[in-house]
Formats: sequence, structure tokens, C-alpha cells
Amino acid sequence: MNYTFNQKNKTIAFVLIAIGLVSIAASFLTHNHQAWSNLLHNTFYFMAISLAGTFFLAVQYAAEVGWSVVLKRILEAMGTFLPFAAILMLVVFFGNLMAGHNGGHYIYHWLHHDLYDPASAEYDKIIAGKSGYLNLPFFVIRMLAYFAIWIGFTRLFRKLSLKEDIEGGSANYLKARKYSATFLVLFAVTSSTSAWDFIMSIDTHWYSTLFGWYTFAGMFISGLAVMNFIMVYLVKKGNMPFITEHHLHDAGKFMFAFSIFWTYLWFAQFMLIWYANIPEEVTYFMIRFEHYRPLFIANFLINFIAPFLVLMTRDAKRKLNLLMTISVVLFIGHWIDVFLMVTPGVVKEHWHIGWMEIGTTLGFLGLFMYVIQVSLAKAPLLREKHPLLQESLHHSI
Amino acid sequence: MSTKIAYGIFDDDDVVLHAIPKLQEKKFKVVDVISPFPIHGLDHALGLKRTRISMTAFMYGITGTSLALLMMWYMNIWDWPMDIGGKPSFALYKNLPAFIPVTFESTVLCAAHGMVITFYLRSKLLPGVEPVIIDARATDDRFVMAIEVKTDADKDAAHAAMKALGAMYVK
Repeated sequence: MNYTFNQKNKTIAFVLIAIGLVSIAASFLTHNHQAWSNLLHNTFYFMAISLAGTFFLAVQYAAEVGWSVVLKRILEAMGTFLPFAAILMLVVFFGNLMAGHNGGHYIYHWLHHDLYDPASAEYDKIIAGKSGYLNLPFFVIRMLAYFAIWIGFTRLFRKLSLKEDIEGGSANYLKARKYSATFLVLFAVTSSTSAWDFIMSIDTHWYSTLFGWYTFAGMFISGLAVMNFIMVYLVKKGNMPFITEHHLHDAGKFMFAFSIFWTYLWFAQFMLIWYANIPEEVTYFMIRFEHYRPLFIANFLINFIAPFLVLMTRDAKRKLNLLMTISVVLFIGHWIDVFLMVTPGVVKEHWHIGWMEIGTTLGFLGLFMYVIQVSLAKAPLLREKHPLLQESLHHSI
Repeated sequence: MSTKIAYGIFDDDDVVLHAIPKLQEKKFKVVDVISPFPIHGLDHALGLKRTRISMTAFMYGITGTSLALLMMWYMNIWDWPMDIGGKPSFALYKNLPAFIPVTFESTVLCAAHGMVITFYLRSKLLPGVEPVIIDARATDDRFVMAIEVKTDADKDAAHAAMKALGAMYVK
């Protein structure tokens, strides 16, 4: 029941990475003004997916969940992408900072010095008032703290899980349970603040109190979609014979339920701003609705209507192909969602999705696939000595 | 010829579950088990068809959605046009975000009530109906198994078979 990262999949991953590198190089060489926002968009998206893996794993430990034991190795593998996401995020942030200093274009508007200088014509009272939180040193400290917490706990869970494979017993499980409770508390704070930092601060004037939750919902559902995709892929390849219809059903239910949860938050944020019609809030949706309308509507249709109607019936959640299709659809849907969060704030109405944008994403996808498959191949796919293993194997609903 | 039901009362869920395939082997038609809690694998053992209540839920939900939208369209767009949130658009699709919460609540209301009422109607649990109580402790710690029989001789055979498989008493 081990996974082998075969040559074919390696080739696919490398080809995708190569496409990505070419696209990124091309977007910088052709002075594509969306180059930096593409990088941030994809880095954040894949970071979110990977973080959702660790988050879901921690939930399984903290709530002492039995049925999901067979999926834990997938979640662990998803988390192992976090260090790469961290490096990419630092490269994007500092790269953009240096490029901005040399007369380039900042992703984050609040990095401009003139905004804080009362003598300057560019002086912005509102942004200057936020400088206690939004300043370069504190931002960098926060960014490093997030990655330290997320990567630290991910590695800890992985270490305990691998130790359990050798030692058995429940000592490692109980330890993981304790750490996951701590992680969830820290995650509750950092998932919100990181959403403000990485994304909400792009539209520096605008704020939404729901933004952290909304980003978290998108993060979780895209993570679940990737988890389901990997699960179905491994079942189809015959690597996970222990996964039954019942596991598929529960995993599908999660995807169904959290699609609705995401819609709820998306709509709650949209409706209040739409209804109140306050200029400083509504500008955020004005630009998205007027200049990004096809994506704005597609975002809602793909991420709500599609999973809602397709996954509603019991049989749909138990079919491998349907589950795989809908996870791919949700993966694309939330790619659009993150695009709509990041890009309008950076390039305003001058957006486009061409081969460079899609190529960049494919590059990130290639790296993600590579890292995940290396991690999956490193350990057996079934945690043979997990204390709740039998419950999971005989899961029946 | 009317059908008769032979009842067997058990005091262990596991005994009931294991008795079912043995009775089915002897060509007895086990139609139902009344249990104070859900027994895992019982639906499968009895070969019950999937409930169609989810389908009715969907239909009641759609009804609720349509009714709510029709009501708000009539009240706020047609009969008394309203300026909603400083956006005097006077069209249902343009004011839709403001109507969604009510539509959602109405969908849930209709689906939930429709399901409950349908369930009561189908299980003949209407107000004033005398309930059939086979064993007063069937809601506590007893399990009642029901076998459909045609003649009195069959009924006696069913009783004997259930007793042999661990029924406390038969009825």
C-alpha cells in the first residue's frame, strides 16, 4: 500500500514546472503588469490549499475523529508544501519590494512612503492612520511568525505520525491531539490576520470584518477539493483499497457542506456592502462587478450552483468520477475566487487571463504535485498503528 | 384474504440483527423492526428501499423559493415599488440580493414542514389516531420484529421461528 512516484508523473510535474518558469519569465520580460499579482495569486492559493490540509488534520486529531484515519496521510502530504509556499511568498514579497523601489509597481499600495508624509501631495490620512499595524517591519515579523507556526506544527504532526508507525500505542496520538488543539487556536487567529495581511491590505482603504472568515472558507473548500482529488486518484490507481464508498460519501459531504458555507460567507459579505451602499466599502465590489463581471458571476455559479446541484444526491457523493470532476471544478472555481481577491486591487480594470496567467498557475501546480507525490511516496498510505484505525476501516454510514 | 402480522419481541439489538437473515432463509417476510435507536446494518438486512423523503424535500424547497420570490416581487416590485438600499431599480433580478435571506428562510420553512407533514401522513400519525402499541417498552429497551404472514398456520410458524432465535415472547 505504498505509493510510488513513477517516471510518468515526474515528467508531467517537470513539464508543468517548465511551463510555469517560461510563463513567469515571459511575463516579466514582456512587462506584463499582472506579473506580480499572478505570482501572489498563485502563491497564496497553493499556500491556502496546503494550509487547509494541516488544518483539517488538526481538526481530526482535536475532535478524535475515527472515520478519517485512512485519509490522514493525504492531509499530511498536503501540509508538506507549506515550506515551499513560505519561500515563494517571501520571494514574491521581497522581490516586489525591490522592484517597487526601482520605480516598479508595488502589489501593496501601503508600501509607498509618500502616503505617510504629511508634507507630500500623496499624503493619505486614512492609510497613515493604519501605519501602527501596516508597516514594513511588523508585516515581515507577522509573515515570518505565520510560517513558523504553520510549518512548525505541520512538521510536528508528521513527525508524531511517522513515530507512531514504528512505536504503535496511543502516546503519539494523544500528543498530536494536544498539539492540534494549540494549533487550532493559533490558526483561528493567524488565518484571519494572514488574510488581512496578504490580501485585504492590497485594497488598503477598504476593509471587511468578515474577510478573514471568508478567506478561510475558500481556503478550506479548495483544500477539501484537492484532498478529494488525491483520494480518488489513489483509489483509482489501486493504492488505497481500504477506502470504501462510505469514506467517499463523507468526504463528498464535507465538500458539499463547505461549498454552501463558502457561499454563505461570500454572500453575507457582498449583501451587507451592497445594501448599505457606503462609498468606501462599495468601491471594492464596483470594480469587481463592472470590470470583472464574467469572472464575478462564474465565481458564484461554479463554487455554489455546481457543487450544490451535483453533490446533493447520495449517489453522487459515492461515485469516483463525479467526485473527481467536481473537485476539479471547485479547484478552478476557487482559483477564480482568489484571482478576484488579488488582481483587481493590484491592476484595477486592466486585467486579462492569457497563456502567461494560466502557465504561471500550471507551474505552481507542477511544483505542488511534485512535492505532494514525494511526500506520499515517503510513508505507507495507511497508518497501520493508528489507535482509531479499525473504526475507520469499518466505517459505515 | 387479509395479511396478518406476527410480532416477536426481543431484548437485544444484536440478536434481532442476526435473526433477520436466518428468518429470510426460511422464506419469512420480515417487514419491519421497531427499535428505540438506529441499528447499524438494519436497513441493509431488511432490504428496505431508500426513502423518497429527500425528493419531496427538494420539491417543497423549490416551492418555498418560488413562493417567497413571488410574494416579494408582488409586494416590493409590482404592487408597491420600493427603493431598496438607495437603488431604485424596481426589478426583481436587480434587487435580488436583498430578497435572498427571506427566500432562504422560506425554502427551509417549506422543506422542513413539508417533510414533517409528509412523514406523518405516510406513517398515519395524524392527531386523534389511536397508536398501535405492540410493546410499551419498544421506545425504551425492547425491539419488535414484524413478519408478514398469510394464514394462522403461517403465523404460528413465524412465532415458533422467532422464539427459536431468541425472542422473549411473541404476539
